Amino acid sequence: MVAKDAALRTRDRVAKTVLYVVLALGLLAVAGPFVWMALSSAKPEREIRQVPPTWWPETFTLDNFRELFSRLDFPLYFFNSALVATLVTAGNLLFCSLVGYALAKLRYPGRRVLFLAVLGMLMVPGMVTFVPQFVLVSNMGLTNTYTGLILPFLVGPFGVFLMRQFLLSIPDDLIEAARVDGAGEFRIFWRVVLPLCRPALATLGILTFLGSWNNFLWPLVVATTEDKYTLPVALALYSVGQNRINYGLLLSGAVVVVLPVLIVFLLLQRHFLRGIATTGIK
Amino acid sequence: MTGASPATAPARPAGATSTDRPAGSVRRRQRLRRALTGWAFSAPFTVLFLVFMALPVVASLVMSFTDLRSTDLRNPLAVNVVGIDNYTRLFSDDLFLRSSVNTLVFVVVGVPLTMVLALAAATALNSGLVRFRALFRVGFYLPVVTSIVAIAVVWRFLLDPEIGLVNNLLRLVGIDGPSWLFDTRLALPSLIVMAAWRNFGFLMVIFLAGLQAVPADLYEAATLDGATRWQQFRNVTLPMLRPTLLFGGVITGIGYLQLFEEPFVMTQGGPLSSTLSVSFHIYNQFGFGNYGYAAAASYVLFLAIVALSVVQFRLLGERN
Repeated sequence: MVAKDAALRTRDRVAKTVLYVVLALGLLAVAGPFVWMALSSAKPEREIRQVPPTWWPETFTLDNFRELFSRLDFPLYFFNSALVATLVTAGNLLFCSLVGYALAKLRYPGRRVLFLAVLGMLMVPGMVTFVPQFVLVSNMGLTNTYTGLILPFLVGPFGVFLMRQFLLSIPDDLIEAARVDGAGEFRIFWRVVLPLCRPALATLGILTFLGSWNNFLWPLVVATTEDKYTLPVALALYSVGQNRINYGLLLSGAVVVVLPVLIVFLLLQRHFLRGIATTGIK
Repeated sequence: MTGASPATAPARPAGATSTDRPAGSVRRRQRLRRALTGWAFSAPFTVLFLVFMALPVVASLVMSFTDLRSTDLRNPLAVNVVGIDNYTRLFSDDLFLRSSVNTLVFVVVGVPLTMVLALAAATALNSGLVRFRALFRVGFYLPVVTSIVAIAVVWRFLLDPEIGLVNNLLRLVGIDGPSWLFDTRLALPSLIVMAAWRNFGFLMVIFLAGLQAVPADLYEAATLDGATRWQQFRNVTLPMLRPTLLFGGVITGIGYLQLFEEPFVMTQGGPLSSTLSVSFHIYNQFGFGNYGYAAAASYVLFLAIVALSVVQFRLLGERN
């Protein structure tokens, strides 16, 4: 019996070790490319093209970033991305929580149809709406403007769905009590309901900001001159527009696109992961 | 606010008649006010939603039956209704057929690969003996939050035949690596592996939540019955996880059907259209100004998404 226990324990330890090794290799495979990107962006182009490659930069340089920020307009692209993402996020937070409240807590004719339309929209791929959206925006004279970049994304079906589901869980009694106290419906929403929605708002805010920051197709067609490019558009067009690739510039560009997101993610990862759990699983 | 009517009128007694006028008009006024409040809250969203989403969905369908081109935008009367011509043309368009096959391969191989990786990672992290669980979870999730364009740039560098890390590592063990993205047989598989690498972390988080919802006593009972780990996985975990797997498969499939950024940045659809996706083809047709044709192709993609969801619900959901 004792011998069997010991054997079992050894087997467990072996299994555990194997598990850790596999997980660690997996982590290396997932995080490795990011580390490699960061290391390479700090090498001069000549060293990047060296075979076999150097692991740690032999000549550590920030020239790639310097060129990105002085010769190329990356500060402007960064500003464009940040501006568009901020306004898109603000719009989604406000409009989606307003309608989410109405759908969850108010009774009015047409709300069922509205909610079904929102649910249906979740299935529609971006490519379907993209051409008419472009026709619409160009007929409004909004191509190559910030308004044109932002307007079609100010609301989205996902945000409404998320806010409605969350608001359903807020007890009616709270709202009813505020009503009895004579508070107007908007005051109730702003003072009583919205503060309770903070977790959902955080999740929606993060996901929307991220989606907008990483959005590619729409700014690719709407921003027609360089001064309206967002970061992914600038990076992609720069990447396909070259005959001989300048990897140093491309990789440092990728670092500029990825780094802010990684920092925000590492700081707020609880909200990311909870967001998925609440929207993915009911 | 007006306080004229009691906020919560009791439900109408069964015997009351509708001739009882004062109460009826109060109720009507209340109903009107409720409708106004509801729509006041819904209006900003609804206007934007109708103009920028619902209308385009319908417009796209209408467009797909016309020969609308970019040059017609100033003069909409020049547009002709062409019936289903765009759709019949699509199915004799070699590039569209090629892109459909590529996209299908991407989905059919990519979705199971991503799901297997995600399930393996989730099971490992859920096995109860893992320290640094949070570290692994966050690490595996990293690529999900980053821009596809940036990731595509990095992978293009990794897969560079001469100076890429992958071939340099292969050289260390004496293998002469192929030119991944420039080989018609390897370009699409490379994109598939990259997509699985990028997306499995998302599914892993969903599967982890699903695994944690499996009641522990099921495993206890299975252990008492002498079931091995593998038997427990086959007979307890998988059946209990079915709805979660279904959800994950559908979500991933919908995403993969819309493949666009990866070939745009890494291969431009090449070599020889071996990585041209349906979305990329639509984008190109849009670029040529063939709006009606592009809209028709986008509706075919839409139908494919609906069909894929239905099929997966059939396949994985049948035992529910």
